[in-house]
Amino acid sequence: MSDQQKPERIGVYVCHCGTNIAGVVDVEAVAHFAAEDLKDRGVVLARDYTFMCSVAGQELIEQDIHEQQLTRVVVAACSPHLHEKTFRGVCERSGMNPYLSEMASIREHVAWVHTDKVAATAKAKAIVSGTVERVLKNDPLEAIRVPIDAQTLVVGGGIAGIQAALEVAEAGYEVILVEREASLGGHMAQFDKTFPTLDCAACILTPKMAAAGSHPKIHLFTWSEVEKVEGFVGNYTVTVKKKPRYVDEDVCTGCGICVEKCPILVVDDKFEAGIGYRKAIYWPFAQAVPNLPVLDTETCTYYIGGKGGCRACEKFCPTVPNSILFDQKEERVTLRVGNIVLATGWDLFDARRIPQYGYGRLANVFTSLELERMCNAAGPTGGKVVMRDGKSAPQRVAIVHCVGSRDRNYNRHCSAICCMQSLKTAHLVKERTGAEVYNFYIDIRTPGKEYDEFYQRVLDDGIHFVRGKVAEITDIPFDPAEASRNGAGTLYVQVEDTLAGMQRRIPVDMVVLSAGLEPRRDSAEVGKTFGIACSSNGWFIEKHAKMDPIATMTEGVFIAGCAAGPKDIPASVSQGSAAAARVLNYIRQGELALEPVRASVLAEQCSGCRLCNGLCPFNAISFDAARKVTEINAALCQGCGTCVAACPAGAIQGTGFSNEQLFAQIEGLLRDFSRAPEVV
Amino acid sequence: MKPKFAMYWAASCGGCEIAVLNIDEKVLDLDANFDVAFWPAAMDAKYKDVEAMEDQSILVTLFNGSIRTDENEHMARLLRRKSKLLVAFGSCANEGCIPGLANLSSRESIFERAYTSPSTENPQHLRPLVSCQVPEGTLTLPPLQPVIRTLDQVVEVDYHVPGCPPESHQIAAVLDVLIQVVKGEAELPPKGAVLGAGNSTVCDECARKRDVKLIDRLSRIQDLPQLNTTDCLLEQGLLCAGPATRSGCNSRCPNVGAPCIGCYGAAPGVLDQGARLMSAIASVVDENEPDAIDRVLDGLPDPAGSFYRFSLAHSLLRANREAFDDKP
Repeated sequence: MSDQQKPERIGVYVCHCGTNIAGVVDVEAVAHFAAEDLKDRGVVLARDYTFMCSVAGQELIEQDIHEQQLTRVVVAACSPHLHEKTFRGVCERSGMNPYLSEMASIREHVAWVHTDKVAATAKAKAIVSGTVERVLKNDPLEAIRVPIDAQTLVVGGGIAGIQAALEVAEAGYEVILVEREASLGGHMAQFDKTFPTLDCAACILTPKMAAAGSHPKIHLFTWSEVEKVEGFVGNYTVTVKKKPRYVDEDVCTGCGICVEKCPILVVDDKFEAGIGYRKAIYWPFAQAVPNLPVLDTETCTYYIGGKGGCRACEKFCPTVPNSILFDQKEERVTLRVGNIVLATGWDLFDARRIPQYGYGRLANVFTSLELERMCNAAGPTGGKVVMRDGKSAPQRVAIVHCVGSRDRNYNRHCSAICCMQSLKTAHLVKERTGAEVYNFYIDIRTPGKEYDEFYQRVLDDGIHFVRGKVAEITDIPFDPAEASRNGAGTLYVQVEDTLAGMQRRIPVDMVVLSAGLEPRRDSAEVGKTFGIACSSNGWFIEKHAKMDPIATMTEGVFIAGCAAGPKDIPASVSQGSAAAARVLNYIRQGELALEPVRASVLAEQCSGCRLCNGLCPFNAISFDAARKVTEINAALCQGCGTCVAACPAGAIQGTGFSNEQLFAQIEGLLRDFSRAPEVV
Repeated sequence: MKPKFAMYWAASCGGCEIAVLNIDEKVLDLDANFDVAFWPAAMDAKYKDVEAMEDQSILVTLFNGSIRTDENEHMARLLRRKSKLLVAFGSCANEGCIPGLANLSSRESIFERAYTSPSTENPQHLRPLVSCQVPEGTLTLPPLQPVIRTLDQVVEVDYHVPGCPPESHQIAAVLDVLIQVVKGEAELPPKGAVLGAGNSTVCDECARKRDVKLIDRLSRIQDLPQLNTTDCLLEQGLLCAGPATRSGCNSRCPNVGAPCIGCYGAAPGVLDQGARLMSAIASVVDENEPDAIDRVLDGLPDPAGSFYRFSLAHSLLRANREAFDDKP
């Protein structure tokens, strides 16, 4: 390689990162080592500097590249995850191929994990030596350029997805909005009031739903699911499965006669959270967008009673031709999109999993979602807070926080919204029933705008707060005295009041469990479809938790709202907008430069064993049956290296991670092995 | 005068010698173009005859067998000095082969196994000695070295011919090249080249039908009730080393229903055949739970012997601690 042609001139830059690195590593000694001991490896200069990533630090490198004719650059600083782009940019601006630079991570891999300064300095030297050997083997690379299709796919029609779709459409680009349920709206459509302002959820949500539903640039696919995603950023081909509604979308006017005439009434365990009813042909709720009913074949007489039963909906349908299509089949639509926004939301923690709280066993234990429906004026009780009998108002109500959240037995995460939701519920229950309301909490977390003010207001309402995790909710009295004191049907909340330092047993009529937010049950499969990863607890993983919370490791796939973790409405809306901004950025660029770190197959060495064929998390691997070799689509490949490691023939090369580079790096790391055994 | 040819066996089974004789009438071409100066398996010769030769006076030596004893090492160094071209011939010389698996044991456990195991009839617990007094004088045997080494771990090697043993048609082709070189009709291949083998892996020559691989069980061939005659053996749950083994044998074993055991060594550019194969198999185990993964891997009772059957002595590991630390 170039080793033989002209001697390489390497510049090594050791960053102090303030005291982040310099506090543990003797940075001057590392620079001195590079300049002196690595002279024979082509290092012509080595400097240490307070902040290499600062403008002055970057200019230092630029100046050296020009004045010292550097051909390769090593920056010993933080992880490449953070600043690789920065320093590649410096090289590019100075006329060097950016891929002839390398970062040596002496912050994450050294300073932050060691306290022994001598050993840490020795290790930093070894890492720098390894990186110098590696950079010598780097090849100049060119970025891969791909065109961006302007049509965007948004998955999930909750508030985050609606917001993203509207922003992209308003900018003038086509949007495909896919929603699994029959209507847009998501969980927000189920809520009554929103904290902390107590404005009506429907009043602020339905205008957005309607806008999305009628927008000429937004193509709605409700009652649909994305089945398959192929391609890569800018060039995805998605297959959308349209489940049969048994209603002709093109003809139906949404008059609702079919719903009115349908004689079958079933419990609605989805939108009404199990406390209300719907028909066998139904709208999820009154303001559904689109305004089209959907027929449930599991309860409709036509299907369960054998062919031809009932048919009331068909008989009364006024449209010509008739809108009811009993034989409608599921359809698949293939679409091309450039970017994808996943706003697939969350599932409610199933409170039955905590048996000692009695949900599903004790009639008057409710979930917070049931309360939301109850408080809603359009809900099954017309906005009245009543007990399971549907009539009597509770006199004493307990609200239990952190149900299924912050609990090592269920979910360790904080669901973020339940404190405020519980406070809101407390306020609404107090307002509507005048009951004594008790909140049982571990901590109160109200960090949003005006959130703590709302907490203070609820405190002023005269609502009781008991700090403690509820041990048990039971309907069995201690003794006849307790039974006669409290009356039949009383529920007892057993809790240790950690502020008062005593056990308490509080009799109530009704318990509301503030169930936490969980990842969608199918998030792992959905992640696989879209080529993105879930963390061990099931939320989608962002590219960088702080600096890039919208992007994922797959280019062109963005996440917004609760799909990436629990969030309140303002945060979900912001994320929807942010995702749209990212998408619009790509669309406006027209084409995108992709990292050239890719795997490629050496066709003459590939025996077509197909061992790697099922391994690619990005679906970049295909098999050419005619030539009997495996191929890798360079644009789809994200350079993860799974196939490179798996190929038994060594026929797959990872650009930027070749055997040559890695073995050279190991040799470099062990250069001083004999002199400084403490490095190991 | 014809150029000199030599062939020698160090720690080997003799199979390589037989493979050379298996080239049938081609052996006459060898004789016609070379003066066979030293070939203990084929003709009588003494070490002192070789020692008396001038340095570099042998044009080519095919060296099979690995370096297990001091005698093996002595002959390797001697033949290196006397030969212009030294060829590591066969799996033992190239990568240690089956004898190389002894690198997982100390010499004491090797002797223990060989002379006192239940299958050995040795009531007096006799052990061979390096030196022994008899009325006629002192008898000696060459001492064992702590580990098996490959030829290129001891001396510089010019070419490599893989295989256990190398296939006869490949040997004939290699000899043809050498004869052409002698006649001035061909150039020598670049130093370090692998001769008599392909540039891909065994799968390239395998006639079996292959699909995406997802392995949910591994069995030994005798435990499989029935073997499908057309599909990939790995997909049927047999550990076939074909994907990680250099081509050149015409996929002899898989084509008759026996899994490849890896005798042609690593694919081009691969440093460690066993590690590659292990990493490949681990990648396609179609289970996610630790217990289920263990269940699949339980089908491999001898991982070292399965993945490194031929290549242990030349792998990144080379030997285990017990063998490395074995002091004489």
